[in-house]
Amino acid sequence: MGAAPIILAHAAVGCGESSGIGPGIIGVSLSVNGRLRALQVEPRTTLAEALRGALGLTGTKIACNRGACSACTVWLDGAPVCSCTLLAIDIGTRSVTTIEGLSRGDSLHPVQAAFVEHDALQCGFCTPGMVMSCAALLRGTPHPTASDIQDAISGHVCRCGTYPHVIAATLAAAKANRAQ
Amino acid sequence: MANEETLRSETLPSGILSVGLGEVRRQVPADEPPPLPPNAELSVIGRPVARHDGRAKVTGATRFTVDVALPGMLYGRILRSPMPHATVRRIDVSAAARHPGIRAVLVIARPEDPASSVLRYVGAPVAAVAANSLAAADEALRLVQVEYESLPFVVDLNRAREPTAAPVHDSTSVPPGYSSGYPAPAGLPLKGNVRGPAIIGRGDIAQGFEQAEIHVEGEYVTHVQTHCCLEPHAIVADWRGDGLTVYMSTQYTAGVRHELAEAFGLPLSRVRVIVEGMGGGFGSKSTLGSYGRYAVTLSRQAQAPVRIVLDRKEEQTDAGNRPGTWQRVHLGARHDGSLTSISIVSYGTAGVALGAGVGNIAGSLYTCPNFESAQYDVFINAGPGCAMRAPGAVPGAWGLEQAVDAIAERLILDPLALRDRIDPSQVRREQRRIGAQRIGWQHRHAPGADPGPVKRGLGVAQSLWGANVQINAACEVRVMRDGSVEVLSSVQDIGTGTGTVLAQVVAEVLGLPIETIVVRIGDTEFPAGPPSYGSRATASITPPARTAAWRVLQSLCRENAPALHAAPEDLVARAGRIEVRGDPSRSISFGEAAMRLRTDCVSAVASRADDYGGFRQRMGDAAIAQQDLGGVQFAAVAVDTETGVIRVERVVAIQDCGRPINPRQIESQVHGGVLMGLSFALFEERILDQHSGRMVNPNLEQYKLAGSRETPDIDVVILENYQGTSATDAYGIAEPSNIATAPAIGNAVYNAIGVRVRSVPMTPATVLAALGSTPARH
Repeated sequence: MGAAPIILAHAAVGCGESSGIGPGIIGVSLSVNGRLRALQVEPRTTLAEALRGALGLTGTKIACNRGACSACTVWLDGAPVCSCTLLAIDIGTRSVTTIEGLSRGDSLHPVQAAFVEHDALQCGFCTPGMVMSCAALLRGTPHPTASDIQDAISGHVCRCGTYPHVIAATLAAAKANRAQ
Repeated sequence: MANEETLRSETLPSGILSVGLGEVRRQVPADEPPPLPPNAELSVIGRPVARHDGRAKVTGATRFTVDVALPGMLYGRILRSPMPHATVRRIDVSAAARHPGIRAVLVIARPEDPASSVLRYVGAPVAAVAANSLAAADEALRLVQVEYESLPFVVDLNRAREPTAAPVHDSTSVPPGYSSGYPAPAGLPLKGNVRGPAIIGRGDIAQGFEQAEIHVEGEYVTHVQTHCCLEPHAIVADWRGDGLTVYMSTQYTAGVRHELAEAFGLPLSRVRVIVEGMGGGFGSKSTLGSYGRYAVTLSRQAQAPVRIVLDRKEEQTDAGNRPGTWQRVHLGARHDGSLTSISIVSYGTAGVALGAGVGNIAGSLYTCPNFESAQYDVFINAGPGCAMRAPGAVPGAWGLEQAVDAIAERLILDPLALRDRIDPSQVRREQRRIGAQRIGWQHRHAPGADPGPVKRGLGVAQSLWGANVQINAACEVRVMRDGSVEVLSSVQDIGTGTGTVLAQVVAEVLGLPIETIVVRIGDTEFPAGPPSYGSRATASITPPARTAAWRVLQSLCRENAPALHAAPEDLVARAGRIEVRGDPSRSISFGEAAMRLRTDCVSAVASRADDYGGFRQRMGDAAIAQQDLGGVQFAAVAVDTETGVIRVERVVAIQDCGRPINPRQIESQVHGGVLMGLSFALFEERILDQHSGRMVNPNLEQYKLAGSRETPDIDVVILENYQGTSATDAYGIAEPSNIATAPAIGNAVYNAIGVRVRSVPMTPATVLAALGSTPARH
């Protein structure tokens, strides 16, 4: 469950005149948090590395680096994905949303506010990814059950054991939505 | 200890709130603040306030060590042994050094040095490099040529005990003793791979067993559990001519500073350790570690900052683990349930390291005149273990609490009634009472009573942990002329909410809203704080925070007393104002009061006083309080006897930690303790291949952790348990909440199926084997 399958095409990379891609550094542009960002990456650079490195968006975390813990979750065209298992050059024109792009100015996304209110975080390392998955769930399922939330975060590892508060916070955020 | 002239007599709240509060008179150092009333009379302490850094964490703004990027920073990587036991005959790093991105190379396993040339586990460090990029560092590592001479090895605890087993250590390499985690004393005999026994005891167990009317004997096994911190072990070392600055994901900034100063011959004043966000430690980030030394060495060599972040495989193989254990528990009891004798013999393995005991919980939880434990360390060719959340007590309770359940069954006694007879603690008696109600203990049926293939059961187990305190713990509170307030200490917040409880304590003293308190911690430039291990941070740092805030408030009152026509001692801080006690009409705002300060900033630094009434034991910078910490946990399980799958449906955790300062954060931490215990009980196992010595599941998908789908309903109750022993009377919760979960589940599984599963993890295969449906795995 969780993320929808992502099919990507090698497209829209500004790799100049060469017939192949790499192995040297090439230029790509990524649409991140509503802004088009030009950056130089090696073809082997993952989306997570590109975000954290060249773009300085360190809110996205790498914990297992093989798609097993979901700490690196970002949205690709609104769907949660593990950014450590995608290559930056494969993203093309699809839009990337990171934890830094979730809040609107000073106003937190309802899921973020509920996480703070319900103490749905401890060390905080899995938190950005967890927030992204719960916020994505509410886009498609505005009134989820606890079981829906368990499914949505079933790929996330939280060693501090915040799952009960994550579920409570997401239910509360959904309830606040309903009240609006 | 203060002498008599500097003490004053005080009356402090005492007792368990739900039982009834009383008072206790104590001699208190004269420079400590007045007694703190029970939480019901306070406005910030005891409230479930939101974390001060919650916003930063949910927006991704918190800077963890892995996020620290300094100008010109290099990336360090470590070459690791592919062999479980080998001597390095030759190592050639010249090609690596010629790699264009490489800035520094460090040979760790040196052929000419017998102390470093023998590698004793897969993953042991061989060499390290620092490069302009992580990719360049990895490329360079592949260019290092190493000639290994293979040596015989053993990675199985039972095989390693055999006299013919390949020796892991020789007399020069065997560790002398191990002081962290469960201590293994120095000077114990070594025979083959078996070191020990470490014996502790009292009375005469043989005599005790003769007096016994019933005996219960059983063997219990726990497998190696790894810490799996989400943030890997990480360091950024910045060696400069004028000193060393280290950013490190650590549980003890002040301790790492000491280690660095000693290792690199620097004065303490020239070493600074910083941690902002800290992504989990659970015992594995207590010290500098070898990777930390490599990063500093590489930085010194390259004259540039060096970042080393372990990858997940390194985390799983060379970043510590909870040792695996085998133990035989023998209890003797009379027909009335009273215990006459307890004997524990254990063989555990922390790989190449020491400290694989089963703790002392069997000797301290219940009344029994005769007790002996004989604990052995067994060396195997595997990465070193280290402290992990309640070291010793977790495997210890797994054995003891199931054995006590077996006594109850033999005597046809309710397990709670038996514990009422043999457990002298009034705190746990109350915890059993509350927990029994909440889990519905009266509905518990006989083992295996359910008719269908899915059997349900209830179980209970108890925990016991020392209330640790760090004496070397200090905190500063500053009030500025503009009314802003800061609390400062080198203490780090590893996710437990230390910064928030500090802000709560200071806000309470100064009568301010919690949001106005600026928390500056995790930096050794501030007064030295305690480590975040041993469940001691809150107990150690909140009392000095309150004392410092109280002293600053006294300064503020002195400066403002003339204007309010009152004596300084008649002024109180309340609701953002300084007012005359009993006459709120004579008051000024906190901000106005601060403007009257003689200087821009008034500051006080306080350190942890001894517990009022003294400690039970004092060891250097650390001490153990008179009272214990503990808890009682209940589990409700469903066991599918056809598939062997255990589902934990509900856990009720009744815990105590003195005065709770932030009940919501404590609840979060208990969730974590319960889930780590559940995960240990059902899923987690480091699996080493017998033929190659390699870990076959060094990741987060085949090393199974409990996730959201396995999370039961967890009902947490925190007792308010006042002792009147410090300025805040607060103690820890991390470890006591992790001890009872696995045996509570084990006892519930027995209650469900009528067969005792004696080995964790209780995988479906283990359960089916215990049921006799399939042959045993080993």
